[in-house]
Amino acid sequence: MLLPVLLSLLLAALLVLAVGREPQEVLEKIWQGAFRNTRSFAGVLNFWIPLTLASVGLFVTFRAGLWNIGIEGQILAGAIFASAGALTFDFPPELAPLQLLLQILLGVLGGMVWAGITGALKIWLGVNEIFGGMALNALAGVWGIYLISGPWYPEGGSAQQSRPFLENALYPPLSRDWPVGLLAIVMTAVAMVLVPLIMARTRWGLQLKATGSNPRSALLLGVPTTRVAMSAFLVCGALAGIAGSYRVMFTYGSFRPLVAGGIGFLGLLVVLLSTMKPLWIPLITFVFSAILAGSTRLRVSLQLDSSLAGVLQGTLVLVFILFQGLRQRLEARRGDQAGDVSQASASSQSGLTG
Amino acid sequence: MNVEFLNTLASVVANATPLVIASIGETITERAGVINLSLNGSLIVTAMAGFIAARVISFGVDVDAIDMIASAEAGLIGGVVVAMLVGALVALIIALSSIELRLDQVTVGFILTLLMADLAQFLGQEYTRIPGPVVPKWPVPLLQDLPLLGPVFFQQNVLVYLSYVLVIGLWFWLFRTRPGMAHRAIGERPEAAYARGTNVNRLRYVYVVLGGALVGVAGGAYSLHFKPGLSNPPAMQGDGWIALAIVIFGGWHPFRVVVGAWLFAALRAVSSDIQKNGLAVLGQTIEFNFVLLNGLPWLMLIVTLLLVSSGAIERLLLLLPGPVQRRMRSVLRSDPPRAIGTTFEVD
Repeated sequence: MLLPVLLSLLLAALLVLAVGREPQEVLEKIWQGAFRNTRSFAGVLNFWIPLTLASVGLFVTFRAGLWNIGIEGQILAGAIFASAGALTFDFPPELAPLQLLLQILLGVLGGMVWAGITGALKIWLGVNEIFGGMALNALAGVWGIYLISGPWYPEGGSAQQSRPFLENALYPPLSRDWPVGLLAIVMTAVAMVLVPLIMARTRWGLQLKATGSNPRSALLLGVPTTRVAMSAFLVCGALAGIAGSYRVMFTYGSFRPLVAGGIGFLGLLVVLLSTMKPLWIPLITFVFSAILAGSTRLRVSLQLDSSLAGVLQGTLVLVFILFQGLRQRLEARRGDQAGDVSQASASSQSGLTG
Repeated sequence: MNVEFLNTLASVVANATPLVIASIGETITERAGVINLSLNGSLIVTAMAGFIAARVISFGVDVDAIDMIASAEAGLIGGVVVAMLVGALVALIIALSSIELRLDQVTVGFILTLLMADLAQFLGQEYTRIPGPVVPKWPVPLLQDLPLLGPVFFQQNVLVYLSYVLVIGLWFWLFRTRPGMAHRAIGERPEAAYARGTNVNRLRYVYVVLGGALVGVAGGAYSLHFKPGLSNPPAMQGDGWIALAIVIFGGWHPFRVVVGAWLFAALRAVSSDIQKNGLAVLGQTIEFNFVLLNGLPWLMLIVTLLLVSSGAIERLLLLLPGPVQRRMRSVLRSDPPRAIGTTFEVD
C-alpha cells in the first residue's frame, strides 16, 4: 500500500510542477483546508458522511457482481425527493424531528426508485447496468436542471439553486464550531458497521456473494438470483438516497443540480481500493474526504483547479490496482515454478470430475 | 428537395463525425475481445491534449497571444497527432493491465475514464475559453457537385471524410480480408485462432492501441472543429458513453455503428432546432421547458439498448426474403464478440 501512495503522490507532484506551482505549497494548502480548525474538520466530515454511505452501498452491489455506476444518479434522485419534502412541508417546531425523518425517508425512496429502474433494466430487460446507470445519471441531472429552471425557480433568484430550505427542514448542526449533522454521523456509523455484519452473517449475504461470484451455479443451487440482485440495487439506492438527502438538507441547505458532485463515482473508487474489505472503507473515505475538502480552497488560494483532488485519488487507485495485479502475477509465476507437477495433476483430476 | 433540409442533413452527418470515429475505434478494440471503457475520459483528455498542442504550435505557449507563429495547418496536424498518441497511450494501459496483469478491463477502464476527465480539467485550466486553430471546410472537387449527395456528404471537412473511409475500410477489413478474419477470430474464439498460429495477445495490443488512437482523433475532432476550444465542463461530456452504447447498438458492425451515430446526431439536431424555433404540431405550438430535451439522447440510449437486448433488431431478419436475409445477417446480428472482456492465456 505504501509504494502506490508514494508513487501517486510523486505523479501528482510532477503534475503540479507542470502547471508551474510548488507541490509543497499545494500540499500545505490542502492540509490547511482540511484541518486548520474545527469548522474545516467538520467540512471533511460533511464529505465523509455521504461518501461513506455511498461506498457502503456500493460494497453491497459489488458483492453481487454489479457495477452500480448509476449511484451518482441515485444520490441526485435522493436529493431531489428530499428537497421536494423540504420545499413542501412546514411542520411546527415540536414536530420538526418528524419532518426531518419524513424528508430522509423521501430521500431513501428517491434513491431506491432510481436504483430500482437500473435494476429492472438490467435484470428483466437485459440492459447492462453500466449503460443504464449512466443514462439514468444524466436523466436525473436533466430533471434537476428542469426543476430549478421551472417548478423550483426561486423568486428573484437565479436558476442556480432552489430557494433556501426553512430551518425545520435541515439537519440541526452539532454546534457553532462543529457544523455537521450528528444524526447523519450516527446513521453512517451504523451503516458502516451493520451492513458488512449483515453480509457476513446472514443467508442474504451468502446469497449475494454466490450471485456475485457465479450467478449460473448460484441459480442451480437454488439462490433466487434476480431477487438477490434487485435487493442489492435497492439497498445501495437507499443508502445513496440518505447521502443525497444529507447533501441538500445540510451541506447546501437548498437544492442544486450538481449536488451529487461526483461522490458516487468516487465511492466506486473507494470500494475498488478497499479490495472488498469493509473495515478499510471508512478509513479510505476519510482520507479522500480530507483531500476533497482540502482542495476546495485551492482555487481561491492558488488559482488552481480543484480537479487536482480527483487526479490524486484516481492516480492512487490506478497505481494501486496495477500494483496488485503485478504482485498477483509475480506470485502466480513463482507458484508455477514451484508446483508445476502437482498443479498439472490437480487440473487433470478436476477435468475428469468436472 | 429544399436547401434547408439538405443543410440539416449535412449538419447531422458533420456532427455525428466524432461519434462515428470514436465508435469505429471502439469497434476495432472490442472486435479483438477487449473493452475500452475509458472512452468518455479518453475523449475529454485527448480533446484537451490535441487543442493545447495545436494552440501551442500555432500561437506559442503564451495563452494571451493573438499572433500566429506558425500556420494553422501545422498546428492542426500536430494537434491531431498528439491527440492520437494520448488516446493510444490510455488504450495501452488497458491492454497492458489486461494482457500482462490479467486485471479486469471494466475496472481499469472505469478508473481511467474518471482520472482522464479530471486530468484534462486540471492540465487544461489555463487554456479554457481561448481561441485556437479550427479545421477548415474542404469541399471535395467534382463530388461536391453531385445532386443531393454532394451538399450532404462532400461539402464537409477532412475529419468527416476520414470517418467515411474508416467505416468502409473497417467493413472491408473485417469481412473481406484474411487478416480481418483473424481480427474477428481473436475476439470470438481466441483458442481456435491461437491453434491456427495467430499470436492472439500481440494482435490484441495492435488493435487496442489502434482503436485508442482513433478515439484520440475523435477527441481532437471535438476541440479542433466540432466543439472548438476547451470548456469546463467539457462540451462533449457524456459522448464517450453514448459512443460505447452505439457500438452495442451497432452490433459491432461498422455500417450499423454509423447508422447509430447518425441517429443520435439527428436527434440532437431536432432538439436543438426545437430549442431555437419552438415546437409546433399541426399548427399548434406546444409549450414546455426545453431543458427537458437534453434528456432525449439518454432516453434514446436506453431505448437502443432495449432494442438490441430484446432481439428486435435480429427479428427484422425474419421479415426479409431468403437471399437478402443471408446477406444482412452480419449487419443485423447482435451478439457481442464471444471472448469480450476475457484474458487469453496460453497453457
